[in-house]
Amino acid sequence: MELLSGADMLIRSLQDEGIEYIYGYPGGAALHIYDALFRQDKVKHILVRHEQAAVHMADGYARATGKPGTVLVTSGPGATNTITGIATAFMDSIPMVVLCGQVASTLIGEDAFQETDMIGVSRPVVKHNLSVRHPEEIPEVIRKAYYIASTGRPGPVVVDIPKDMTTPNERYEYVFPKKIKLRSYNPAIRGHAGQIKKAVDMLLAAKRPIIYAGGGVILGKASGQLTELVRMLGHPITNTLMGIGCYPASDKQHLGWLGMHGTYESNMAMHHSDLILCVGARFDDRVTNATEKFCPGARIVHIDIDPASISKTIDADVPIVGPVDAVLKEMITLVKESKEKPDADALASWWRQIEEWRAFHGMRYETSPDVIKPQEVIETLCRLTKGEAFVTSDVGQHQMFAAQYYKFDKPNRWINSGGLGTMGFGLPAAMGVKLTHPDDEVLCITGEGSIQMNIQELSTCNQYNLPVKIINLNNQALGMVKQWQDMNYESRHSQSYMESLPDFIKLAEAYGHVGVRIDRKEDLETKLKEVLAMKDKLVFVDIYVDRFEHVYPMQVARGSMKDMWLSKTERV
Amino acid sequence: MRRIISVLLENEPGALSRVVGLFSQRNYNIETLTVAPTEDETLSRLTVTTTGSDKVIEQITKQLNKLIEVVKLVDLTEGSHIERELMLVKLKATGSQRAEIKRTVDIFRGQIVDVTSSVYTVQLAGDSDKLDGFIQAVGTSGVLEVVRTGVSGIARGEKVLSL
Ligand SMILES: Cc1ncc(C[n+]2csc(CCOP(=O)(O)OP(=O)(O)O)c2C)c(N)n1
Ligand SMILES: [Mg+2]
Repeated sequence: MELLSGADMLIRSLQDEGIEYIYGYPGGAALHIYDALFRQDKVKHILVRHEQAAVHMADGYARATGKPGTVLVTSGPGATNTITGIATAFMDSIPMVVLCGQVASTLIGEDAFQETDMIGVSRPVVKHNLSVRHPEEIPEVIRKAYYIASTGRPGPVVVDIPKDMTTPNERYEYVFPKKIKLRSYNPAIRGHAGQIKKAVDMLLAAKRPIIYAGGGVILGKASGQLTELVRMLGHPITNTLMGIGCYPASDKQHLGWLGMHGTYESNMAMHHSDLILCVGARFDDRVTNATEKFCPGARIVHIDIDPASISKTIDADVPIVGPVDAVLKEMITLVKESKEKPDADALASWWRQIEEWRAFHGMRYETSPDVIKPQEVIETLCRLTKGEAFVTSDVGQHQMFAAQYYKFDKPNRWINSGGLGTMGFGLPAAMGVKLTHPDDEVLCITGEGSIQMNIQELSTCNQYNLPVKIINLNNQALGMVKQWQDMNYESRHSQSYMESLPDFIKLAEAYGHVGVRIDRKEDLETKLKEVLAMKDKLVFVDIYVDRFEHVYPMQVARGSMKDMWLSKTERV
Repeated sequence: MRRIISVLLENEPGALSRVVGLFSQRNYNIETLTVAPTEDETLSRLTVTTTGSDKVIEQITKQLNKLIEVVKLVDLTEGSHIERELMLVKLKATGSQRAEIKRTVDIFRGQIVDVTSSVYTVQLAGDSDKLDGFIQAVGTSGVLEVVRTGVSGIARGEKVLSL
């Protein structure tokens, strides 16, 4: 029998759970835990400079590896600082466990120093939260937390740990439960066979089908199955911003991503389709545009692990609740066995139509002889890194350009806050990726607005030697806000201009890194090559790009999928 | 449409606030809510009455089911069911009113459970319409205080909501 204190049990449970890294920040209520952490060397702790960054770091780690991230913070301000990060992970269904210190159970409710009701504060933005009521429970609570966070539709789980649950000199028997079973939580393990059969029949009979895939394919590790099915059917495929990489972007069946800033051809093909197979996506308002005008001729098959995502905004004709990999696998078998074949003539004419759309816009943008266009920065980076980098982004125009012009052939490499749209996500997320992918190129594509929301993490990068490349598309403005003001507020640029920017080069140097400024178009490629050659250095690349550029295509507000602006003057 | 959703919930601290939080967070209505432990002390039974289109009700039941502590639920209004609410009401009762109130209480099969020289306290059980009807019948001017438990419900026949 092994007797351990609550704090030691906690760390031991993390070890037994196979946790490699914790991202965190210490404080009073978490000190027993930090002491236990000090007395072992299996679980490594990364000290950030702000708790929000710890959560984004855990999030970046989770998105790149598919494994749940782990955060440890103290009570009160430590805990509340994590909320934006937790909400970010919640909106994108990212598995993570956030361990929060809490004041001693005897003080709860007395407005004690650094007391915040973290269970209450976090409730709307977590998949679940748990509090420890007895030290002996700790192994089970930890096991449960990871189990809930990483199964079904994944999400963040908060664990609240009152300080007296971790008292050093109170020891209890340590038993790490082998299996967790919850009578009230049983995510589906396969889809309904009859529904799957019906879906396959519809797919084979469709004349203008389209496959619409989302982040669920990446979270469900189903890119392989999706690619196989799509190739077998010969159907066009589009994906959401969160689904980027779930199907190779360089493949000719891929139409790019869809929605507000999606490609012309994917939005057109969606609108005119007769059958949409939605795989792990959720008909988000940034995809559908006005729901009452959404794809009038399409019947909809919707596969999702979360029944609540089905028929929430757009009604499904054939709902299939189940893990995407298992459902797609069954579909592949059925297609193989089926005597019916896809309607070759119908598909050929559908593809002719799609190729016309593809040729019509083709993600063109105007270039200039002297001004650097943000799009060409991304295209150059994509070429120089052969499309193989891990790319994190912040939120704004730079995010859309990165997603549009960097071509991802693999899942888990495009990492952005799609659901919550959190500025400040990019740098810490990149750090979480770099830590576990030291030999891969990790780019953080950001803007001068967003990067300043977690710029303090340059210090953490120095401490742990995280040589990410920060690509600051500096348009000297909160560009996306400015674009909306140009389009909807007669260019009244209310508070969208970033005056008195810091000297980012000196700032990077102050933190012990390298800063490179690029402001002449002819330098772009050579300087980026030099930057990428500095393998073991964090380089902050401050690139002065066209201040007046807009992101296109852009769906017309309250229109259908097919109503888009294609440039400042062209509307279809 | 009005619906009665009956939920078996893990009897744990915080579980109820998750249910209530869900309704406000997702902009769903709660008309009444009752909750109490069951014969199995690890479970609470919660009944919520709400209104909404079929689509909204479908989302409510799906979102409730997603809560980790919700073990099972049923929309009682989908089948035949019994619903009951208990009301205690204090009525001004002086002079000729006393006999009149007594008659009305009898018609509604209620009971006068406490009496003073000027006040009757009446207990009445039934579905919500019946309780509303009683208040109307005695007239709001004589009503001093009303307390209602909210609706509890159970399916008719052999159907049971259990583990
Ligand atoms: C935390 C947070 N605050 C505000 C916003 C609203 N917002 C969306 S994009 C944007 C501008 C971002 O500016 P910048 O990072 O410079 O990117 P750009 O659009 O210029 O490329 C703002 C303020 C947000 N998404 N996140
Ligand atoms: Mg900017």
